[in-house]
Amino acid sequence: MSTAATAAFAAANPARDAAYATPLDKLDPSRPELFAADEMWWNFQRLRAEAPVHYTAESAYGPFWSVTKYNDIMAVDIDHQTFSSEPGIMMVPPLAPGETPQLEGLAMFIAMDPPKHDVQRKAVSPAVSPTNLQILGPLIRERAAAILDGLPIGEEFDWVDKVSMELTAMTLATLFGMPQEDRRKLTYWSDVVTAEPGHGVVETREQKMGIFRDYHAYFTQLWNERVNAEPTGDLISMLAHDPATRDMSPMEYFGNVMLLTVGGNDTTRNTMTGSVYALSKNPDQYAKLMADPSLLPSMVSETIRWQTPLSHMKRRATRDVEFRGQQIKKDDTVVMWYVSGNRDDEVIERPNDYIIDRARPRQHISFGFGVHRCVGNRLAELQLQIVWEEIMKRFPEINVVAEPKRVRSNFVKGYESMRVVIPRRY
Amino acid sequence: MATIVYVEHDGTRHEQQVTDGWSVMEGAVKNGVPGIDADCGGAAACATCHVYVDPDWLAATGERTDQEAEMLNFAENVESNSRLSCQIEVTPALDGLVVTMPESQH
Repeated sequence: MSTAATAAFAAANPARDAAYATPLDKLDPSRPELFAADEMWWNFQRLRAEAPVHYTAESAYGPFWSVTKYNDIMAVDIDHQTFSSEPGIMMVPPLAPGETPQLEGLAMFIAMDPPKHDVQRKAVSPAVSPTNLQILGPLIRERAAAILDGLPIGEEFDWVDKVSMELTAMTLATLFGMPQEDRRKLTYWSDVVTAEPGHGVVETREQKMGIFRDYHAYFTQLWNERVNAEPTGDLISMLAHDPATRDMSPMEYFGNVMLLTVGGNDTTRNTMTGSVYALSKNPDQYAKLMADPSLLPSMVSETIRWQTPLSHMKRRATRDVEFRGQQIKKDDTVVMWYVSGNRDDEVIERPNDYIIDRARPRQHISFGFGVHRCVGNRLAELQLQIVWEEIMKRFPEINVVAEPKRVRSNFVKGYESMRVVIPRRY
Repeated sequence: MATIVYVEHDGTRHEQQVTDGWSVMEGAVKNGVPGIDADCGGAAACATCHVYVDPDWLAATGERTDQEAEMLNFAENVESNSRLSCQIEVTPALDGLVVTMPESQH
C-alpha cells in the first residue's frame, strides 16, 4: 500500500467506523448511497474477513446473501445449475403490495439459464467476434482521433460527456446499425434502465415507463426495418434473422436490446473515465505508462479490475445448498459482489493499489466467469486500448480538477461527470 | 517431466519441459509462452486458454469435461480437437504432445 493510502487508513474515517460499528447481522452492503460516496469498501473489507458468505435479512432490495471473496464468487458464477440467473441479475426493490410489474414478460439472455441462454447469446456473439473487431478497430480509432482533436486545451470540461459517452455511444450505434445522430439516445436509455426513480435520472416509475415506451418504439421500428430486409450484420439484424431469436416475443427482444445497450456502452464508458481518474490519482503509474507504452494492454486490464464497472451480479438458489458453511435456501437471492472480489488480497496482491504492470493483470473478476462471462470483453478492451493510444499521441497529461460525481447505484459503478483540464498538446 | 510443443498461430514453436501434475496451460503461462491468457487461472471458467490438440494426441489427452465443453461452446473458431489447456494434466504419457494456439483468445 502506498504511503498516502496507509495514512488515509490511519486517519479518522467515519465510513470505516460505521461499517465496523454495525452488528454483523445488520450490515447491508447494498445501500446505493455508499456507492455514490465511494464508501462501500469498508463493508466489503469487513465481510471478506469476518463473514465472506453473509446474510442481510432486511434491505431496500429484500433479504439477500452476499458473496464477497474472489474464489467464492467464481464458484457461484460457474455453478449455474445451483445459482440461476432467472429472473434477473440486478438487485431491484421488491414490488409494493398490490403493485404489478410494468414490463411483464421482459427477458434477456443474461437473465436466462442454459440451454435457452446459449442459443440467444450465440445469435449476437458474431458482432464482437475477432473478425468483426478487426473491422471495428479502424473506425473506433478514426472516431477517437476526431473526438480528441476537438477537445479544448487549457479549459475545464466534462470528460464523461465529451469523450467516454461519445466514443462508446458511437460504437454501440454502429453495432446496432443505428443512425449516428441518434447515438446519445443510447447513453440516455442506458442510464434510465439502471436508474432507481427519485435520484436524478428519472423521478418516478411512471416517468421511467414513459421513456421505456419511446425506447421500445424506436427499437421496434429498427426490428421491422431489419426483419424485412436482407441480413446486414448489425445486432438488430442478427436478432431478427437468427432462427434462435427471430420468433422472440416483443418483450424478450426489448429485454435483449436493454442488455446490449447497458452492457455495450455503460461499462466501457465508465472504465474509460476510470482510466483517466486512476492515472491522475497515481502519477507514478502514469509516468510508467508514458515511459513504456507496451504496458498499455496491462494498464487496460488493471483499470478494468480497479474500476469494476458492474459492482454485482445477482443469482437465485435453485435448491437448498450449503455453501462455505452457510445454509442457503431454495429461492434465496445470492449477490456476487465483483467489486469486493477484485479487492480480495488472497488472490490479488495489494488489491487496493492501482499497479499497471502487475504480474497477472488479466486475473480479475469484472467480466464474470462461466457461461455468462461478458460477451463483449474484447470490444471493451479494444476501445480502451485505442483511446489511450490516441491520447498518448496528443496529450502529455490530463488533469482531473475535482472529484468525479459518482453514480448512485450498487450495480453500475461509474461516473456521472468528471471535470478535467488538458494543459497542452504535443 | 514431459516435453510439450506449443505452436503459436503464426507457426512459432516453443518446446517446453513441463512438470508432471501441471496443466498444459500452466506449462505455457509459467514459462512465458505467448498466446494463452488463462484469465480464470485454470478453473475452466473462461475460454482464454483454448488450444487445438494435434490429432495424433487426441486419445492420450482424453475427453473434454462438461464444464470445459460448456465454455468452449462460446469460444471462437472451435474445432473438434479444441480443448481448454487448463484441463489437460501433464503426465509422462504426454511427452511430445503438440498443441496449436488459435489466432486470438476470446
